[in-house]
Amino acid sequence: MSLAVTERNSPFLLTGPALLVFLGLVIIPLGMTVLLSFYDWGQYKGIVPEFTLKNWVEVFTDSYFFEIFLRTFRIAILVTLASILIGVPEAYILNRMAPAWRSAFLLVVIGPLLVSVVARTLGWALLLGSTGLVNQGLIALGLITTPLEFMFTETGVVIVLIHVLIPFMILAVWASLQRLDPQIENAALSLGASRLTIWRRVILPQIVPGILSGSIIVFSLAASAFASPAIIGGRRLKVAATLAYDEFLNTLNWPLGAAVASLLLLALVLITVGSNRLIERRYAQVFE
Amino acid sequence: MRRNSPPALIFHGLFVVFMLAPLLIVCVVAFTPEGYLSLPTRGPSLRWFKAIFDYPEFIRAFRDSLWLAALSSTIAIMLAVPAALAIARYRFPGREAMTTLFMSPLMVPHVVLGIAFLRFFTQIGISGTFVGLVLSHIIVVIPFALRLVLAASYGIDRRIEHAAISLGAGTSTVFRRVTLPLILPGVVSGWLLAAINSFDEVTMTVFIASPATVTLPVRMFLYIQDNIDPLIAAVSACLIAMTAALLFALDRLFGLDRLFVGSGKG
Amino acid sequence: MSHLVLDGLTKRFGGFTAVDAMNLSVERGEFVSLLGPSGCGKTTTLQMIAGFVDVDRGGIRLDGADLVSVAPNKRGLGIVFQSYALFPHMTVAENIAFGLEMRDVSKPDRDKRTLAAMELVGLKGFADRYPRRMSGGQQQRVALARALVIKPALLLLDEPLSNLDAKLREEMQGELRQIQRSVGTTTILVTHDQHEAMALSDRIVVMNQGRIEQIGAPDQVYDRPASAFVASFLGKTNVLAGTGDGQGSVAIGDLVLPLPGAGKGPLQLAVRPERLSIAAAGEPGLEARILGRVFQGTHWLLSAQSAAGALTLMRGNDGAAVPTEGETVRLRFNAADAALLPGGAAP
Repeated sequence: MSLAVTERNSPFLLTGPALLVFLGLVIIPLGMTVLLSFYDWGQYKGIVPEFTLKNWVEVFTDSYFFEIFLRTFRIAILVTLASILIGVPEAYILNRMAPAWRSAFLLVVIGPLLVSVVARTLGWALLLGSTGLVNQGLIALGLITTPLEFMFTETGVVIVLIHVLIPFMILAVWASLQRLDPQIENAALSLGASRLTIWRRVILPQIVPGILSGSIIVFSLAASAFASPAIIGGRRLKVAATLAYDEFLNTLNWPLGAAVASLLLLALVLITVGSNRLIERRYAQVFE
Repeated sequence: MRRNSPPALIFHGLFVVFMLAPLLIVCVVAFTPEGYLSLPTRGPSLRWFKAIFDYPEFIRAFRDSLWLAALSSTIAIMLAVPAALAIARYRFPGREAMTTLFMSPLMVPHVVLGIAFLRFFTQIGISGTFVGLVLSHIIVVIPFALRLVLAASYGIDRRIEHAAISLGAGTSTVFRRVTLPLILPGVVSGWLLAAINSFDEVTMTVFIASPATVTLPVRMFLYIQDNIDPLIAAVSACLIAMTAALLFALDRLFGLDRLFVGSGKG
Repeated sequence: MSHLVLDGLTKRFGGFTAVDAMNLSVERGEFVSLLGPSGCGKTTTLQMIAGFVDVDRGGIRLDGADLVSVAPNKRGLGIVFQSYALFPHMTVAENIAFGLEMRDVSKPDRDKRTLAAMELVGLKGFADRYPRRMSGGQQQRVALARALVIKPALLLLDEPLSNLDAKLREEMQGELRQIQRSVGTTTILVTHDQHEAMALSDRIVVMNQGRIEQIGAPDQVYDRPASAFVASFLGKTNVLAGTGDGQGSVAIGDLVLPLPGAGKGPLQLAVRPERLSIAAAGEPGLEARILGRVFQGTHWLLSAQSAAGALTLMRGNDGAAVPTEGETVRLRFNAADAALLPGGAAP
């Protein structure tokens, strides 16, 4: 028996267990969820396994759902834009620091990622409340006279999600900054380019793929965020994820909740796969 | 290396404040001596930390979360190691699709996974059980385990294994004595990252946890839904302190940039 | 009976034939090099002997017994890899003892043999070092000791010296040869470096495009190349166009040389630069114009153009005058220094 012959079957033996687990625990449950979204439901009769489009019709026609999905994606877009505006300069600044400082501040960026989202959101709830530190500070500075409303507002949710998700943007941009030739700025300087020109013409084009992949991550996580909108937004300000939660655990209308979840999944898959394709096609030739 | 300009440093300072403020406020409020949310202006007190012990559900949830994290990440790593080796070294039909599938729990919203597991576990009759929690957490943490083991596996010079074979080592000996030691840093860091993510997971778990089996983040989430008081701040402060300690240990052991960067997609 | 026999050994990768019906017999204790450019099939051949690549057709026999059906970990061959492939998580001693451990050699015996192997390669006192903290040359020695300590039936060397700098490489060549002589293990070396092959081998197998071009002792292959490929791959050579008269003599410009076996009509001769000399006044010769010269310390390299083709010649730095650029000289060489290349007509 030669080595090469045994190796022909190896990949399937080695990936087999994981593949079975994923078939049983991802493909089948997701399939069942999509199926569930086509089932009927009634207050007293519960889930009835009869094919119906009524959940989907409801999700697509009721303005209540439209408003929630619109809000969800509005928040996701704002969070993504803010993450780019803050995260890209911060990644660049981090990259230019002396190694010792850089690893210390990397802890500041990555550390919060490892702390439970619940604890982080709690901190923001304490900061943003009407008697919270932010409002007290702003009043003390004389910038405002009455407290600003952050709790149960979109602004509050956006601020918290920026905090929760910006590490992903910084890590993605930083990874692409590290691939940059450190001499490249000097090369541009020697050719007579100004700081701003270097940024615009030399650095930025090279880190665009990092920004885009960071954006995809931030966007999809923001659009599907649950704990932060649930705590900051409360019952009043629903997003897609909290809507599905309510349908499942409060209203107990599982088929409708399944339709909401399926729609969210479908929308996110289309957006992320679509933009990934776009990025790959646009930048494949530059970054092989 | 050119230095950062003063405006850049001011920006950086504000950013650091932004990142740390919510964590610090939790820790500060946790030390309040008052019966309501306030800064400890009369000096720090440990009364709310002591109060945690009067709420056994937090202690129990903490213990369950630790068990869950240890179990699910161990099983996840046992599935990830062979899969990563196969993906790293063979070209076979379906390789790309398989990799996408194994990484998909990162991209599928955890709400959707939670709903799917709730439905599935209800159908097969294990809803609300610890087994169900472990199964669902295995799925959620596999991408973290796989990514780090995969990175380690790509780094192996296969000729090192060939050398062992030529010296008479059989398949299992090569794995035990050569391959595994070579990818060990990836396995350990992958396990840790998986365990941390399992411990922190709340969105999916909130769907499948039952009163009998609740993880700490879910217990905290449900508590906050009712009211926010210094007790929950004290619990959170404990979590933050633990994470900080772990973070320093990880940084010392592996280097955080090795753990998180270069594997950009989170 | 030959020690190692390759019999019609063939390997294809898709539509590409990497090794094409290769036949080779190696005697016990012999040092044989497989020499050729990258992609010539030499490494694939080695990998088939080692068992890391499947054999498509043909056989490999060691002492008359079939080797192809033996699992790679049961073949008992010692291999030194280009990257050394040392176990980075084991010390030098653990690396060397690994093969003995696999053979269930007792601990005291293992220690004794490991120590002896380290002595053989000049690494006494390095037992507890880790490979990462050693120089390339030292790692090379560990790899050699690890391969030899199991007393392999064959020693396979895959470009073992290519990662060393020039000076160290020369040193290791001498040492490798001396160690191989002292242990007497039959050795197959794969290399693309002609100097290495010539310095180390009893015989050289020159390969090109999966086929053997020539097998022979180093001087034989160098002096009597069997093809234009061998002539040009081993050192610098001049390929000159001549005309045979069909009666054993060949004309190259004014130069007429007796070359038994030469056919009639246009043909090709290979002559080494160091065998070309400048003809004395009145002697017949091949007229050539000097185009340029490069000083190399011990000698000059002159490039020139003649009616028989472009050529290179060497002039020793011995105080004699060296032709300058633009000068026209008359060149000569002995019939014994010219190798008739097969393939008939000049290009």
